[in-house]
Amino acid sequence: MAAATDDLNGGNRFGLATALLTPILLVNAIVFVVPIVNLLRISFNEALPGGGIGPAFTWENWIKLIEDSFYLEILLRSVGMSALITFLTLLCSYPIALYLHRASGAWRTFLFVLVIAPLLTSAVVRTYGWIAMLADNGLINNALSWFGAPTPFRLVFNMTGIIIGLTEILMPYMILALLAGFGRLDPRCEEAALTLGAKPLQTFWRIVIPLTAPGIALGCFFCFVLCVSSFITPRILGGGRVFLLATEIYDQAIVTLNWPGAATLSILVLVVFGAALVLYTRALRRLD
Amino acid sequence: MEENRTGWPLKIAVAILFIFLLVPVLVVIPLSFSGENTLKFPPTSWSFRWYISIFERERMINGFRVSVVIGLLVTSATLLIALPAAYVIVRLRTWGSEFLYNLFTAPLLLPTIVLGLAILIIFASVGLLGTFTGIALGHLVLTLPYALRIVATSLAGLPIIVEEAAATLGARPFTVFRRITLPMMAPGLLSAAALSFLVSFDEIVITLFLAGPRVSTLPVEMFRHLDTRADPLIAAIAVLMISLTLTVVLIVHRSVGLSKGFLR
Repeated sequence: MAAATDDLNGGNRFGLATALLTPILLVNAIVFVVPIVNLLRISFNEALPGGGIGPAFTWENWIKLIEDSFYLEILLRSVGMSALITFLTLLCSYPIALYLHRASGAWRTFLFVLVIAPLLTSAVVRTYGWIAMLADNGLINNALSWFGAPTPFRLVFNMTGIIIGLTEILMPYMILALLAGFGRLDPRCEEAALTLGAKPLQTFWRIVIPLTAPGIALGCFFCFVLCVSSFITPRILGGGRVFLLATEIYDQAIVTLNWPGAATLSILVLVVFGAALVLYTRALRRLD
Repeated sequence: MEENRTGWPLKIAVAILFIFLLVPVLVVIPLSFSGENTLKFPPTSWSFRWYISIFERERMINGFRVSVVIGLLVTSATLLIALPAAYVIVRLRTWGSEFLYNLFTAPLLLPTIVLGLAILIIFASVGLLGTFTGIALGHLVLTLPYALRIVATSLAGLPIIVEEAAATLGARPFTVFRRITLPMMAPGLLSAAALSFLVSFDEIVITLFLAGPRVSTLPVEMFRHLDTRADPLIAAIAVLMISLTLTVVLIVHRSVGLSKGFLR
């Protein structure tokens, strides 16, 4: 490396680095730094009808956010729904992750590909697949009525549909995060516990769960954060009748053209992210 | 021996959970051959009518064209921008390589709904909404971090000794880069290109904020269609999209190996 860049002395080197970095710095300024700073600023601007933004500084958006109980309601609904989905995703993903961690060879590779394959499929497609499963005329209702159940059950275009769909859509992320945190789980620890007379279930609760706790914390953090900010699936599977933070940001930005309001809600989402991050780092510290 | 430790209850649970994980994608395939007018599963009649009807939908065909053009634009721009940046971060190691790397991968930490809104507000004031440039710029915010990560890893893994040998034999730095470094990075660049294309082609939330009435991508058109009604048309398009994704992944797998390309 030294030889390859030997004839570039200090000044030249700095100049070259600056030149090579200019494009990426420009793009990052245009589509990342400036828009995000501007978003923060706009949450303190007045909303004018038709997508206009008043120039004066005002606390109005934030006061409205606190005073209007509708916003508190969607905040609580988003956070509560995400917490429930995170828990369900963990329940559904943990056995797969544990099995993958223990598997080996070509079988493991094959299952691993099955886990990441859904990630390569658009969220729109997987959401659509859930409509085909859950709709009044879908697979589950048709199967149940074949068994003589009083169908149709309303499984989609409400909260139930969002919970089922998002749980499945977030599973690959959870499985990957769990596997990343399973490093400390050595089969010899389980064998030792079993040899010393522990029952399998006891081994699971006292050995496997504590050893995999860092992976569980990481997976839950990821899953919660993705869930709070997901939009496509809740919008379609909720049928426009379930109001959440992400769907409200979209509605205010695109339908009612209240950009300062949407900006304020976006900052609120980032605050929820921050709170989740604090909880996650605290949990990690306690585990160590 | 390995298998002995895994009891039957776990195996059955894993099998059921895998079905749960894969069923929404699998169900789309038979549904695309439905002969029904509405979404009904299982269908009572079969046909190719929904595949044929794709070609009568101006919006979907146009969306596909826009998606491909933007995907190619974004992929080439991503490589042209990420490669020099990776070179500075890995090789030149000037001021704050670590800081720059973290800054350039930071957009992935933000939700796309927030990024989309933030970019919408900026682009509205400069007239970039509903344009190819605007949507492509919006996609770059996601593809650059992924590509930078792959390209930087690939650059850091090269045997430096070959480049040093070339330099010792009198090659100038740019010649070394063009003749030695670049060819050795080919697998990394191909993976970065494929991933950038797939991310751009599948991106929906940011695009939804930036798309206009005339310029909008296939996923956005699918979402808009689905928002009003769910019929087997989307299944037929989905099957074609999945085939395209599989083709890209297989090309990468054949030339570099999937685990080397995407999974590190």
